[in-house]
Amino acid sequence: MYTGSDLIKNNFRMDRLPHIWCPGCGHGIIMKMVTQAIENCNLEKEKVCIVSGIGCSSRAPGYMNFNTLHTTHGRALAFATGVKLANPELKVIVITGDGDCTAIGGNHLIHAARRNIDITTIVFNNNIYGMTGGQYSPTTPIKEFGTTAPFGNIEKAFDVCKLADGAGATYVGRGTAYHANQLVKLIENALENKGFSLVDAISICPTYYGRKNRKGSVVDMMKYLKDTAIDVKVAAKLPKEKTEGKFLIGEFKNIHEPEYTEEYLKILESIKSK
Amino acid sequence: MANPKSNKQIKIIETWCKGCGICVEFCPVNVLKLIDDKITITDKDKCIRCGLCELRCPDYAIYLEEDKDEK
Amino acid sequence: MKNRSVKLMQGNEACVEGALAAGLKFYAGYPITPSTEIAEICSQKLPLIGGKFIQMEDEIAGMAATIGGSLAGLKSMTATSGPGFSLKQENIGYAALAEIPCVVVDVQRAGPSTGLPTAPSQGDIMQAKWGTHGDHPVIALSPSSVRETYDLTIKAFNLAEKYRTPVFLMLDEIVGHMREKIEIPNKDEIEVIDRIKPEKGEADYMAYRLNEGDLVPPMAAFGEGFNFHVTGLMHDEFGFPTNDSDIADKLLRRIMNKINDNVDDIVMYDEEFTENADLIVLAYGGTARSARSAVKKARMAGINVGLFKPLTIWPFPEKRVRELIAKTKKVLVPELNLGQYVLEVERIVGDKAEVYHLGKVNGEAITPDEILAKIREVL
Repeated sequence: MYTGSDLIKNNFRMDRLPHIWCPGCGHGIIMKMVTQAIENCNLEKEKVCIVSGIGCSSRAPGYMNFNTLHTTHGRALAFATGVKLANPELKVIVITGDGDCTAIGGNHLIHAARRNIDITTIVFNNNIYGMTGGQYSPTTPIKEFGTTAPFGNIEKAFDVCKLADGAGATYVGRGTAYHANQLVKLIENALENKGFSLVDAISICPTYYGRKNRKGSVVDMMKYLKDTAIDVKVAAKLPKEKTEGKFLIGEFKNIHEPEYTEEYLKILESIKSK
Repeated sequence: MANPKSNKQIKIIETWCKGCGICVEFCPVNVLKLIDDKITITDKDKCIRCGLCELRCPDYAIYLEEDKDEK
Repeated sequence: MKNRSVKLMQGNEACVEGALAAGLKFYAGYPITPSTEIAEICSQKLPLIGGKFIQMEDEIAGMAATIGGSLAGLKSMTATSGPGFSLKQENIGYAALAEIPCVVVDVQRAGPSTGLPTAPSQGDIMQAKWGTHGDHPVIALSPSSVRETYDLTIKAFNLAEKYRTPVFLMLDEIVGHMREKIEIPNKDEIEVIDRIKPEKGEADYMAYRLNEGDLVPPMAAFGEGFNFHVTGLMHDEFGFPTNDSDIADKLLRRIMNKINDNVDDIVMYDEEFTENADLIVLAYGGTARSARSAVKKARMAGINVGLFKPLTIWPFPEKRVRELIAKTKKVLVPELNLGQYVLEVERIVGDKAEVYHLGKVNGEAITPDEILAKIREVL
C-alpha cells in the first residue's frame, strides 16, 4: 500500500528531481512504487543496490538514494549478478525496460532466472524503445506501429512473465502503472522471494507508443490499463469470452527453490569445515 | 470514501508538474484542474484527501502532507 | 632465499597464482581456448580462500559481472581469448569511464574470427589499445615466461587498483600453455596495492571527487554506507550523468592523464646488450623468447645486436626507445601478426632510425633462426 509523500524525501535524491521522463510517462509511478515496496519490506537502504541498463527505464536508479549502478545496454542483470555474488548481503534490484531486458539483454535474463540468483527484476514495460524515439520492441504487439515498423509490426510479442517462468524464476508477477497499490504488493512479494523474481510492470509511453498507435491521451492510456487488465484470480472464475482481449495481472508464481548465492556459500562452508 | 488522512492537506510542487492530467481524471470529487498545463486545486474544502492524485502522479508533484502551521 | 617454493607451472596457472597473491577474490568468465585453464583453476582455488567464481552465460556477461564484483569491493578478474576480447570491449569501456579496477587476461590465439583456436598469435595488440569506442586509458602488460606471467599478473592488479582502471594482461598461446619451473616468492616479498577508500562514515562522499593534487578518486564499495551512483554516461563528481561539455571534457582528460602523467610508474621493460648495438630487436610476449635466443646466437657470431623487451606494451615505453634510437639506427620488430606493434614503433622512431618488421600469421611461433636470418638480412 502506498503510504504517502515522505516516501519521496526518504528514498530519492531530491536534488536530482524532477526526472527526465515525458509528461504522463508511467515510469514515474512505477519507480515510486519500487521505493514503496523497499520501505514496506524494511530493507536497510545502505544494503540495497539498484542496477539498470540503458533506456528510459534505466534512468531510474540515478534518482533513487541507494547504491545505484547504471550499466550498459542489456547488461544490468550480468553486472547485478557480479554484485550479488561478491556481496550476498546486498539486496539487489534490477530496473530494466522491455528492450533492455528481453532483446539485447534476453540472454542474461534467461540465465539469471535459470541460475535462480536472488535478484528482483522490475521490467518497466512500455512496449517500445522510448529513448531512441519509438522503435518497436520485443513486447510491441503484432500490427502495432513503431518508427521501424511503419507498416505494422509482424513479430510476435514476448510474454515477459512466461519467459521468466519458463527460464526458472521463482517469483513472477505482473502489475500496471494504473494499479499502483497492487504493484507495490507484487514488488514486495518479489523482494521477499529468495530467488530470481520478476515483476512485469506495464507502463505507458504516451509520447511515442501512444502517438504512433493512436492510443489517445495520457488519461486514455491509463484508462486502457484500468479497463483491460484483469486479475489472474478474477480471470480464473470467469468464462473465457469475458477475458478475451484482456491481459492478466497479479501474482503468477511464488515458489521456493535453491538459490544460487546460498548454494555457493554452502560450498564455501563445506570447504571450511574440512 | 474513507478519509484516513483527514489531518493532511494537499500540496503541489508546481515546477515538477508536467501537466499530464492523470490526477485530474482520477480525482473522485473533481477538485483538480489543469491551468496552463499546471495542476491547480479548485476547491480545497471539497477535497476528501483520499490521496489518489498522489498515488498516480508520475512526477511527485501533488501530495498530501500534514500542515503543521495550520493549527 | 629460503622458504621459496619451486613449482613446475603452466603460464595460465601462474596467472592464477599471481592473481591470488595480488588478492584476487572474484572471477567471472566464459570458457574459451586457450585461456580456459585460468577459469578452471580459479573455480578450484577461489572457494578455498572464500573467494567467488562464476561461469557466466557469455563473454559480455563475464566482463559485466567482473565489474560488478569489483564494485562490491572484491579484486576481480576475467580471462578470455581474441573472440571473447572482442565481445568484452563494450564493458571494458564502461570500466574505463566509470573507473572500476579489474584485470582482463587475453590469451591471444590466431584470428580474425574463430581463426586458429589453439595456435599462438599477437594479433590483439591493437585491439587492446583501440578495442572499445571512444578515447580511453589503456594499460596492457605482456609476459614472455611463466615467471613473468606470475609477476606481471600481480603488477596488473596493483596498477588496476592504484589507477582505478581495467588492466589487460596480454598472454599468447605460447606463454599461456608453456610449462616452466618457477620460484614462487614469499608473501612478504610481494608488493600488493589496494584501492584507496574514502574514510568510513565520510558524510559528503562523492564517488568521483579527487583529493587535492591527485588524479584518482578514492573508491567506496557498494554496501559500505555511501549510497553513490555509477554510470557509463559522462558524469560529475557525484557520479551523476551530465551533458555539461566542460565537465565531460575535464573527466575524459583526467582519466587519460592519470595514465599519461604516470607513465614512468607504469612502464616496465627489460633490455640486454642494447648499449651501442647496431640493431635492436624489439620483441614482446612469447616472441621475445625467440628474439632473445636469436640475439645471443647473433652475438656469438660477432653481430652487435641487442634486445629490448617491453613488459608494459601500453603505454608504449616511448622514453626509453627514443633514448636507444639516438645511438642505434636499426630496429627489428618480430611479432605474430602482419604489423601491429611495429606501427607504434615507427610512429615513435620516425626518421631517426630504420624499422624492420618480421610478421608471422600461420599459427606457428617465430623461430630464433627466422629472426637471426632477418638480422643478417638487414644489417
